[in-house]
Amino acid sequence: MELNSRIPEGPIEKKWDKHRFDMKLVNPSNRRKYKVIVVGSGLAGAAAAASLGELGYEVSCFCYQDSPRRAHSIAAQGGINAAKNYRNDGDSIFRLFYDTVKGGDFRAREANVYRLAQVSVDIIDQCVAQGVPFAREYGGLLDNRSFGGAQVSRTFYARGQTGQQLLLGAYQALQRQVGLGQVKMFPRHEMQELIVVDGVARGIVTRDMVTGRIETHVADAVCLATGGYGNTMYLATYAKGCNGTAIWRAYKKGAAFGNPCYTQIHPTCIPVTGDHQSKLTLMSESLRNDGRIWVPKKKEDCGKPAAQIPEEDRDYYLERKYPSFGNLAPRDISSRAAKQVCDEGRGVGGTGLGVYLDFSDAIRRLGAKKIEEKYGNLFEMYERITDENPYEVPMRIFPATHYTMGGLWVDYNLMSTIPGLFVLGEANFSDHGANRLGASALMQGLADGYFVAPYTVANYLASTKPGSRLPIDHPAAKEAEAVAAQKVGRLLGVGGKETPTHFHRELGKVMWEFCGMGRNEAGLKKALGLIPQIREEFWRNVRIPGSGEELNQSLELAGRVADFLEIGELMCLDALERRESCGGHFREEWQTPDGEALRDDENFAHVAAWEYQGEGSTPVRHIEPLKFEYVHLATRSYK
Amino acid sequence: MEKHLNLTLHVWRQKNAQAEGAFAEYPARHISTEMSFLEMLDVVNEELIRKGEDPIAFDHDCREGICGTCGCVVKGRPHGPKERTTSCQLHMRSFEDGDHITIEPWRAEAFPVIKDLIVDRGAFDRIIAAGGFITAPTGTPQDANALPVPKQNADLAMDAAACIGCGACVAACPNASAMLFVSAKVSQLGLLPQGQPERYTRVRDMVARMDAEGFGSCTNHGECEAVCPKGITMENIARMNRDFIKASLLYRPEVAAGGAG
Repeated sequence: MELNSRIPEGPIEKKWDKHRFDMKLVNPSNRRKYKVIVVGSGLAGAAAAASLGELGYEVSCFCYQDSPRRAHSIAAQGGINAAKNYRNDGDSIFRLFYDTVKGGDFRAREANVYRLAQVSVDIIDQCVAQGVPFAREYGGLLDNRSFGGAQVSRTFYARGQTGQQLLLGAYQALQRQVGLGQVKMFPRHEMQELIVVDGVARGIVTRDMVTGRIETHVADAVCLATGGYGNTMYLATYAKGCNGTAIWRAYKKGAAFGNPCYTQIHPTCIPVTGDHQSKLTLMSESLRNDGRIWVPKKKEDCGKPAAQIPEEDRDYYLERKYPSFGNLAPRDISSRAAKQVCDEGRGVGGTGLGVYLDFSDAIRRLGAKKIEEKYGNLFEMYERITDENPYEVPMRIFPATHYTMGGLWVDYNLMSTIPGLFVLGEANFSDHGANRLGASALMQGLADGYFVAPYTVANYLASTKPGSRLPIDHPAAKEAEAVAAQKVGRLLGVGGKETPTHFHRELGKVMWEFCGMGRNEAGLKKALGLIPQIREEFWRNVRIPGSGEELNQSLELAGRVADFLEIGELMCLDALERRESCGGHFREEWQTPDGEALRDDENFAHVAAWEYQGEGSTPVRHIEPLKFEYVHLATRSYK
Repeated sequence: MEKHLNLTLHVWRQKNAQAEGAFAEYPARHISTEMSFLEMLDVVNEELIRKGEDPIAFDHDCREGICGTCGCVVKGRPHGPKERTTSCQLHMRSFEDGDHITIEPWRAEAFPVIKDLIVDRGAFDRIIAAGGFITAPTGTPQDANALPVPKQNADLAMDAAACIGCGACVAACPNASAMLFVSAKVSQLGLLPQGQPERYTRVRDMVARMDAEGFGSCTNHGECEAVCPKGITMENIARMNRDFIKASLLYRPEVAAGGAG
């Protein structure tokens, strides 16, 4: 397998402009002859489907939800970064680029990140034009807040519902195209297989989740925008339906999987309450603008109500360890610091797995009204879930799986190692390196969907002949349909005793313990032994009532869990082979004396891209070396 | 503090859109008050699966009250007894030991049942497709700060934009009207300067689609506002009605514009 990143020549600030000019175009009257499939309707998928539809291509868009408006981008709370420099505080495209490369612990591709920073500016303009109600100041201009890993205020927001508002903007643009007949929407459809002929992506096979019908859809290009695979961990801030099936099917058809072990554990989530827990809820990072994180200095104080612990007995450990970034230290660092204090026995709450996020200083300084204005809906949500009032007692938070920086490997054009298969948003590996900064996921999803894919997909289409789509009954399509139907039959045929959720939970425990915030060789090897056992037990003992010809939620879940049981193994394998610590990947063997991640740039300044070798065979690890010409490799410091 | 409850559920079971539905009774034992309502249903479903019975189908996704996927009528009230709370964020501490809980799907002609508690809300998507947008194709529009928006308008627009499209308003309305949903979008876009060019065509097109989908009319019961988990107010309906009247008065058939070339 050859990994050609296709980074354009020239100085970094000119690459994208030059490339846009060099790419081929499709004549407006020819566009309707091309069909593009978009799987997923989150920020990346909806933005791409709408934009490609506007350009005149025939688009089919698929999502597993009942409506494209429900994709999990909707749950992003805090904001979206853009290098507008409206605050006059020294921001620039280069600074956003610099912060993102550094924030990703020097494991992202410079050219992609620079382009992301460049188009960030257009995203805000585009969203405002769509009617996204961003927060504004009294003068009517846009407001900003700060996010982790940055010393400028560049985050645009819509209360605590930024993701919702950006997604609804993209959804409305998409629905406009649906109304005009440019885009055909397929809700409650789940992709089961990718159709590949002579190494080129030619279509997909889906299952209609209401009727169970398995059908082929052919196209001239396929875009996967199906999000991350963090639900491999079972408990995560992802929506329950988020899954890795689409990218995993593509991986098995020859798309390389980039950096599968790079997982983001978000520091501020509501702690677990018991075994019944089905998911975890994030509390936006923006809360760290005004909330102070602490635990008691003494173990014996942990059981006391927070108010009874005097100021001098509190350890504001982020402010102590990282004085220049304080409570806004990046996510990987903040999460690890929380784990450390809890490991020392200084965690709070019933389980001891929690730290305080305290607003009392901010309320004293700004008044409760101002705090309510900024974070009211988040405070309400916290109270609904925990039954505690955060205006009166500090919030309790703990890290949880939130995002996967890894994903299908893509070149500068966002095309995978399978020609004709593009991968956008969280589903690809491209822009965040080993750690994503806050408010950058929304930026990347929309950048890929609105401003990158419409050019690069067109460039690809221009190299194919219009009207050369696969016939719907092509043998490769029939074969892919048969594989999808077989999987359904196999799952229903097990007839065991345990529920799909049981196996998902078991997998999650292994992943969280051995491939979570701290990883080491012995643990990863143990996990690599345990996961195949769970998988075997799953295929021997899973029970799915009902049939495949109806709406069957157990069947849907079982199909996803079957894939998680394989994805988890690749995550552990990648974590084992990356013998260094970087960003969210913390190998305990590689740390500085004060417990910070210790990179090995000599041996690991590269992307690991895994190639599938068939069932039962170990995949092959390929390497794309990373060059840092503009942001020089340095130890990341937020002290 | 965590307590445990024993409950009896009366759940609407319906195999598919064509089948007749009926209530079925299920015990829910040793339910922690720390669980969410949907986690309670998960527990009941796990037991049903182990017994080889068909689990209760219910829609859900984000489980943090923002995607709008979940929603069932709990004890006669859409999303259940707690104000401004979606079914997924409703916690079992809102119930008492020994409670009987009826659980039904949204009931409205425009929302046909697909299975058990799952309904088809595609009508909402079609209403948005009819006009619930600002035409702003992807490109390079003017700078975001070129057009200031008074803070009050931005805030009111955001209040309306908070709608999650769950459909509780329709389920609560004795007329199964979708006026709260439609008016929230009409208000949001109509309050912003970017939404002015299409302000009156938008309201006409969306209302026409709403009527065609089989939603009823608004007769000011206010049930929609009472159950809305996001606090969308009836002020939006008033705003939509004003725009709709104006749109009807201003309406002129489109003049064919010749494209000289």
